[in-house]
Amino acid sequence: MKKLKGCQIIVECLIEQGVDCVFGYPGGQIIDTFDALYLASDRIKQVLTSHEQGAAHAADGYARASGKPGVVIATSGPGATNLVTGIANAYMDSVPMVAITGNVPVPLLGRDSFQEVDIAGITMPITKHNYIVKDVTKLADTVREAFEIAMSGRRGPVLIDVPKDVQQAVCDFEPKTPENHVLPPLKKNEIENAAAMINASRRPYIMTGGGCISSGASESIVRFAEKLGAPVCSSVMGLGSFPSSHPLFAGLVGMHGNAAVAKTLPECDLLITLGARFSDRVAQDRKAFMKQAKILHIDIDDAEIDKNIRSDAHLKGDVKTALEALLPLLAPTSESGWAKKVSELKAAHPFRPAGKKLDPRKIIESVRRNSMPDTKIATDVGQHQMWVAQSYGFERPRTFLTSGGLGTMGFGLGAAIGAAFASGSRPVLFTGDGSFHMNMNELATSVKYGAGVKIFLFNNNVLGMVRQWQTLFYGKRYSSTVLDLPTDYEALAKAFGAKSMTITKNDEIESVVKEALGTKDTVLINCVIESDDMVLPMIPPGKAMNDIIEEL
Amino acid sequence: MKNKHIITALVRNHSGVLTRISGLFARRCFNIDSLAVCATENPELSRMTIVSDTNDGLAEQMVKQLDKLCDVIKVCELGGGRVSRELLLVKIRLTAAQRPEIESTCNIYKAKLVDLSPESVIVELSGEPNKLDALINILKPYGIIELARTGVTALERGGKAINE
Repeated sequence: MKKLKGCQIIVECLIEQGVDCVFGYPGGQIIDTFDALYLASDRIKQVLTSHEQGAAHAADGYARASGKPGVVIATSGPGATNLVTGIANAYMDSVPMVAITGNVPVPLLGRDSFQEVDIAGITMPITKHNYIVKDVTKLADTVREAFEIAMSGRRGPVLIDVPKDVQQAVCDFEPKTPENHVLPPLKKNEIENAAAMINASRRPYIMTGGGCISSGASESIVRFAEKLGAPVCSSVMGLGSFPSSHPLFAGLVGMHGNAAVAKTLPECDLLITLGARFSDRVAQDRKAFMKQAKILHIDIDDAEIDKNIRSDAHLKGDVKTALEALLPLLAPTSESGWAKKVSELKAAHPFRPAGKKLDPRKIIESVRRNSMPDTKIATDVGQHQMWVAQSYGFERPRTFLTSGGLGTMGFGLGAAIGAAFASGSRPVLFTGDGSFHMNMNELATSVKYGAGVKIFLFNNNVLGMVRQWQTLFYGKRYSSTVLDLPTDYEALAKAFGAKSMTITKNDEIESVVKEALGTKDTVLINCVIESDDMVLPMIPPGKAMNDIIEEL
Repeated sequence: MKNKHIITALVRNHSGVLTRISGLFARRCFNIDSLAVCATENPELSRMTIVSDTNDGLAEQMVKQLDKLCDVIKVCELGGGRVSRELLLVKIRLTAAQRPEIESTCNIYKAKLVDLSPESVIVELSGEPNKLDALINILKPYGIIELARTGVTALERGGKAINE
């Protein structure tokens, strides 16, 4: 049996779990762990970001792109608190992440020591579980348990706070091979009920959510939908789990979803929800939502059943396992023409151009035409995010990396960098001028590590989504949403060592996109769009599907 | 429709568990009437008994959300087949002349006098919360100096443990 220091135990356990790279930022109370990483640098890569928040988003992006847990390491105090937004973001979107923070030595805990903060207390509501390890003999099993918790059931972030003296203390270390995750068994009566409900349905509709991607259920969903002849809509988090080009794909559901979905969902008699949680951006008016139809809710998290919307039947379990159990029991009775009606309505209600001189949708479509189907597409938060969700046309799971639940502006660049490390390919980031200014410091990280992120910055000089609400609901009082920034994007890109390009009108799109995607460099593409371009359609907050605004 | 729900949970006995649970209730806007924590036959586990006046759907959510916490080993709602008790200590203002009157009241309720001073007594009573409420009502006219209630603790009737 080997004797190792706590910091080495952390690193050995990470390697044991198959971690090939960690994102982070060093500091006084985590210096030992970074030392251990240095000594193990032939087996595990360190990625140094500009800011801990960027590191947390990178670990998140890595996890979304790969399906493996992302790891972020930071020091105590501000290092730890800078992770908080990133951890909360991962929690809301059920992304597996292990965050490791240093803390002051155990005898100094609770004395308001320099750079001391109770990060376990702070992150309690935004982690699946967290630890403060005060005994080095418990460290190895704690790290192993953290990975197990992050990856099992509904995934999510786990934080381990390790005081400096625990990182330095020595104890025996016995390597262990991680066990395979066992999926919870399905209940027979729930499978039978679900099958009976589906077989009694004449107009079934499928709604996919983030759980479809976590579960790797894409192929099963295609077979399931085809067998039922059921149209498929998706929440933002579910995009990519079902191919957008599939004739049964009806589009995005929710506040900025396809009009065809809003018009046809109220006609279905059964909504089969797969790994989605009826958030307020989907079930906006909870009381009116799907009153005409039965709801079958399939989810791995028991607490999601009947939380926001009461279901008529549920099947607790992993989406893929559940669909595979259901498929042999299905004897579909869908109305002939049901799916066709939905697809015809979809064709009749395409997304309208979002701008005249330069249409953001045309840029998005050009990027898709010139990318591979597995290119990782990250976004920040706001109008650009919704245009991408509506118009990109995702074909594969784990290609759309977006902050769905928390809506974190500044998420995208870090996430794209993480995705570059996960996929070994060059990702695309769609962002806005507001979001980009939040965490543009990570431009340096993208350039330094050759992540080659292609940043399409939709520059409308305003905080577009808030402005859109101010236009529609606040009497055009543009309080604090006009940016009027003096930023020279060309000079800024140059200063960070990135290339820059500009698009000002539609006929420049294709050549610039081709050139940008063709280079290995990090490229900042300033796409100059109008301040009043809007994301439509829109169902106003709290309203029902028939309140949809298709045009103004 | 609201009614009283009693939820019982076996949780790991280490620091921070109470914070996790009370934090969960606060951020999910679950109202609770009482929360009692106690040791169990197993030194590694504590038992929490939570009483909430809420509707069935929310009570179900409480159980499911608690069940997601890694420190919660087992949680369930106790139905009708349960024994629930609460302990009350109430200090009342009392002259020596009033003492026999109080003693007979206590006898009726099977309550005990556990402290005497020239101007006060402490009465102890355990039972269902509504029995405690009734005694408090009776004692109010004497002048309640202060009182403490433990919150409800409860077990399911019959020969099984909740984690069996």
